[in-house]
Amino acid sequence: MHELGLTQHLIEIAERVARENGATQVRAVKVEIGALAGVVPESVEFCFDVCSRGTLLEGSRLEILFIPGRGRCYDCQAECTLDTYTVTCPECGGFSLERLQGKELRVVEVEVD
Amino acid sequence: MCTDCGCGPSGHHHHHSPAEQSPGRALRVEEDLLAKNNRFAAANRRLFREKGLLVYNLVSSPGSGKTTLLERTLTELQSELHFAVLEGDQQTSNDAERIAATGVPAVQINTGSGCHLDAHMIGHGMENFAELPLDIVMIENVGNLVCPAAFDLGEDAKIALLSVTEGEDKPLKYPDMFRAADILILTKVDLLPYLRFDIEQCKAFARQVNPRLRIFELSCQNGAGLPCWYDWLRQEIAAKRSLVRDDGR
Repeated sequence: MHELGLTQHLIEIAERVARENGATQVRAVKVEIGALAGVVPESVEFCFDVCSRGTLLEGSRLEILFIPGRGRCYDCQAECTLDTYTVTCPECGGFSLERLQGKELRVVEVEVD
Repeated sequence: MCTDCGCGPSGHHHHHSPAEQSPGRALRVEEDLLAKNNRFAAANRRLFREKGLLVYNLVSSPGSGKTTLLERTLTELQSELHFAVLEGDQQTSNDAERIAATGVPAVQINTGSGCHLDAHMIGHGMENFAELPLDIVMIENVGNLVCPAAFDLGEDAKIALLSVTEGEDKPLKYPDMFRAADILILTKVDLLPYLRFDIEQCKAFARQVNPRLRIFELSCQNGAGLPCWYDWLRQEIAAKRSLVRDDGR
């Protein structure tokens, strides 16, 4: 549900960057969404169509780069893939997993005319 | 220069079909989508620090007993600690009225269709308490175990509540929230004899998701576990005060 507000921020950021660079239209926006960011990419796509109307982003392409989750076990130091529901280390069964990658939620590139 | 294919200003004319259009100007950004909220959260944190305030963000599903825990806590501790409460709900000022009835200043923030409180709302909410000498601000978030996990409000800690009338596997079903919280309060424990709720199993699930969790078990009906919760609040405020004193040196 909070994807709506986040998508509005995404559009604000892209519009600001486009204006700062003298562009009048945005062709595409690249966004990184990590597996552990608590955000549903499909929901962002849905909100993007609605929220971009009447902005410099109307008709632009949204590219979502999905970043898989990676973690490291504090107990045995093994690295593993993580999703939101991973709670135990697949190597040793320990519960203390550090999240190394997958919390990303950022605009990485704006393509303008 | 033609921006589509890079041809020079020699004046040759050609048409680019959409398929051969070059990608335009790519501008690197690297801006976090939560950056705006995080800037407001950082400003809140500065304000809380300047005032030496302890601030908790209470999160849970609707009906787990956040307002009831606040009513009881404020009633019993307001003679020794100065509280204020920011109440978040989609609609109504019912909860702020319940808190105000205890004598503690409370401000209702209605989020309308919003599913969480954000740091900007908290900054404005705090303006209502600008003149008050305060020790602790309790923020009661919108009842929702999903969205509030992602929004830093500048608080010292998130406190998650889970009532024993819910399922003991909630921490596994909503791991983001239980991972974001530092404290878990299991409420309504007076009802345990009437329920098939395995409290030890629930605590084990919660610790699987977040091994750092400090867990309280209490009932606002019969008062079980409340002294332990109050002692912890007193310790935290004492620690905050000594930190503020050290800062001032």
